[in-house]
Amino acid sequence: MSEDIIRRDPRAEWIARNRLHPLHQTMQASPAETRGPSGLIRRNPHAVGFIGPNGIKRIDRMNASGPATVGGRRAAGAAKEVELPLHRVENPDYYIAVVPDMVGGRLNGHDKDVIGQAHKLIGEIGGNGAVLTIVFGEHREEAFDKAGVDRLLHLQGDEYEGYSPELRVAALAQVEKEYAPRYWLLPDSVAAGFELGCRLAARIGERPATQAWQVGAEQTICRGAGGTSDITRQTPRLLLLAEECADQIDETRHEVLPVELVGTVAGHASIRDCGQVAVDPNAIPLAEAEFILSAGNGVSDWAQFHQAAEALGATEGASRVAVDDGNMPRFRQVGATGTWVTARVYVAVGISGAIQHMQGIGQCDKVIAINTDVGCDMVKRAALSVIGDSSEVLAELIRLAKAHRQEVVENAA
Amino acid sequence: MQPDKQNASLRITALVSVGKHPGSGRARRAEQDARAVEMAMTLAPEGLEVLHAGDPQADSLRAYAGMGLKRLRVLQQGTNADAVPALSQYLKQQKPDIILTGVRAESGESSGMTPYLLGEALGLPVVTRIAEIVSIDHGEANLLQALPRGQRRALRVPLPFVASVDMAAAAPRQSAFGPASRADLESQDIGMAVMDEVKAAWSEAPARKRPKRLKVVKAKTAADRFKAATAKSSGDGGKVLRDKPASEMAQAVFDLLLEEGVLR
Repeated sequence: MSEDIIRRDPRAEWIARNRLHPLHQTMQASPAETRGPSGLIRRNPHAVGFIGPNGIKRIDRMNASGPATVGGRRAAGAAKEVELPLHRVENPDYYIAVVPDMVGGRLNGHDKDVIGQAHKLIGEIGGNGAVLTIVFGEHREEAFDKAGVDRLLHLQGDEYEGYSPELRVAALAQVEKEYAPRYWLLPDSVAAGFELGCRLAARIGERPATQAWQVGAEQTICRGAGGTSDITRQTPRLLLLAEECADQIDETRHEVLPVELVGTVAGHASIRDCGQVAVDPNAIPLAEAEFILSAGNGVSDWAQFHQAAEALGATEGASRVAVDDGNMPRFRQVGATGTWVTARVYVAVGISGAIQHMQGIGQCDKVIAINTDVGCDMVKRAALSVIGDSSEVLAELIRLAKAHRQEVVENAA
Repeated sequence: MQPDKQNASLRITALVSVGKHPGSGRARRAEQDARAVEMAMTLAPEGLEVLHAGDPQADSLRAYAGMGLKRLRVLQQGTNADAVPALSQYLKQQKPDIILTGVRAESGESSGMTPYLLGEALGLPVVTRIAEIVSIDHGEANLLQALPRGQRRALRVPLPFVASVDMAAAAPRQSAFGPASRADLESQDIGMAVMDEVKAAWSEAPARKRPKRLKVVKAKTAADRFKAATAKSSGDGGKVLRDKPASEMAQAVFDLLLEEGVLR
C-alpha cells in the first residue's frame, strides 16, 4: 500500500521545467520502448536508465524499481499487458482450413494445437498462407487473435445449433469449393472433430491421416492399429490431429478477419436431434464428470450438500478429510490419492486446498470456491470465490436452482 | 434378452473385424464390434447377419460365433485388399435395415472411416457412437448417442442407416468355445478385390513413445527468467466476493454456472 502514496519531488519538477538544466533531457518522460510503424519494438538506448547520485549512468536491469518518471512516482501495477506483434496476411496465396471443436463455445487446448500445426505447415511450405478457421453456431471465444486465427468463417444460424453433422459437412464442402484450402486440419477428438473429419473425408473423397502426431509438409506419422503402431506416410490433404501435435501460437497476434461463404449451403439433415437425455450425475465416473460439487472439512450439513448436488445436477466429490471422517465414500475422493478429475466446472465447498487436492483438480477450467478463509489456496486458484458460511450459500443455491428449473418447465409448457 | 424390444421383420447386419489385444498384440474379437453384435442380437436375433471381409481362416472370427451365432458370412479377400468396395457391393444387394460397425478397428489403419465410406457409397445416413437403440417405430429408430463425459443424446433416424457402436453400449456376452466351433463360416468369393495401393507405400512400425511437451520459459532476459523461476502461484484475477448477503453471492455463483452451461 505504501507504494501508492504519491510523493512529490520538487527538485525533479524544477529540472523538468528548466530546459537549460543539464539533467533536463533525462527527466523528460520519454518512453524507452515505442512501437515503430512496422510493429517492431524500437528501443531508445539513450532513454534507458537514469543518472545516479554521483553523475554516473545507472541501468536497473532487474527492473526492480519500475520505470522512474517525473516526480519519482512509481507506476502502479507494474505487470503491464505485453502487446504481441501483429501477424498480417494480405491477399493470401492459399488457405489452411481448421475446424475447431469449440467445446463449451471456446477454443480448447487441442484446438489451439491444431491451429499451431496449421502455422507450422505454412512455415514449411512458405508463401503467403492464411489459417482459415471455421466456427459453427454461437461461440464465446474472445482470444481468436492470440490463438493464431487469420481468417474466421463464422457460420451462424439455428440449423447449426445442436447436433447437425450433415449440415456442417455440407457447409464444409461448400468451403472446399470456394476456398480450396491446401490442407484441412481437424482435431481427432471424441467431441466432434473425428466425426466431422471422417464425414468430410468421405464427402470430398480424401483419405485422411487419423491420430496424426508428427506432421510435416512431406511426411506424416500417425497412430494406427488402435494406437499400437506408427504409420509413416505421405501427408494427405485432410488430417485428423492428435493432441499436442504442435506448439500453440503464443508470440503473435493475428488479424481474425471475417470472411463469408458466397454460395448457399445445400444440405439435407436426416438425423433429428431430440436433445440431451437427463443422466444421473452420480452414475458418471468422477474422472469424466463435467460439473462437480465437491465438499470438504467446511461442510457440516451433509444432507443439505447432497440436496444441493441433486438440485444443481452436479456429480459429488469430496476432499480427503471428508472421506476419512466417513461423510463420503472413498471413490468420491478428489486429489492425488483419489481421482484426478477433468471437470469443466468445479465447485469446492469448504475445501481449503491441500496441494494433493490442487493436483487432482489441475485440469479443471473454472473453479468456484465457497469458503470462510480468504487466504486459502483454493481461493487463489478459483475464478470466483465466495467468502461466507457454506450452508447459507448452499441453501441459496438450492433455492435458485429450484426456481430455475420451475422457470424452464413453465417455458417449455 | 428383452423380448419387448425384438423386432421380427428387422434385418441387421453387424460388420466385424479382427481385433488386437492392446497388451499382448494377439488377435481377438474386437470390443466395439462385439458390442455391435450384442446390440443386434438383442434387437433382432432372427434377422441378424454377421459379416466380415477378409481372411475366412482367422481364428478370432470364431469368437464372434461363440456368442451364439448360427453362421457368420465372410467375404473372402486378401489381407492387403480394401474392405469397403467389397462390403458396399454386398450390402447394396442385401439392403439391410441397419448396418452396425465399431467406431475404430483395433488393427490395421484403424482410421474409423468404414461406416462413413459405406454411408457415402450406399447413400445412407450415418450415426456415430450410439450407445443404445431404444425403439423402432414408423420406419424410424430412436437412438441414444454416447457423448463424452458420460452424457447421452437422443436421436431419431429413418431406416435404413449405418451406425457405429460406442464402448458405452451394453457389454457383449461371453463367447463359448463349443458353439464357436460348431458355427458355420460361410465363405463367399465375390470376385472383386480392390488392392489398397496407397497403403502399400506406407511404412509401419511399433508405436514410439511420444515426447512429452515441456514447459518452456520464453523469457528474453535474465531478469524475466529469474522471475519465472521464483514466481509464486498467485491468483490471477480471480473474483472474490465477501461481506455481502448470502443471496447475492449465491446469485453470482449461479450466474457463472448458467454462463458455463452446466445447468440443465
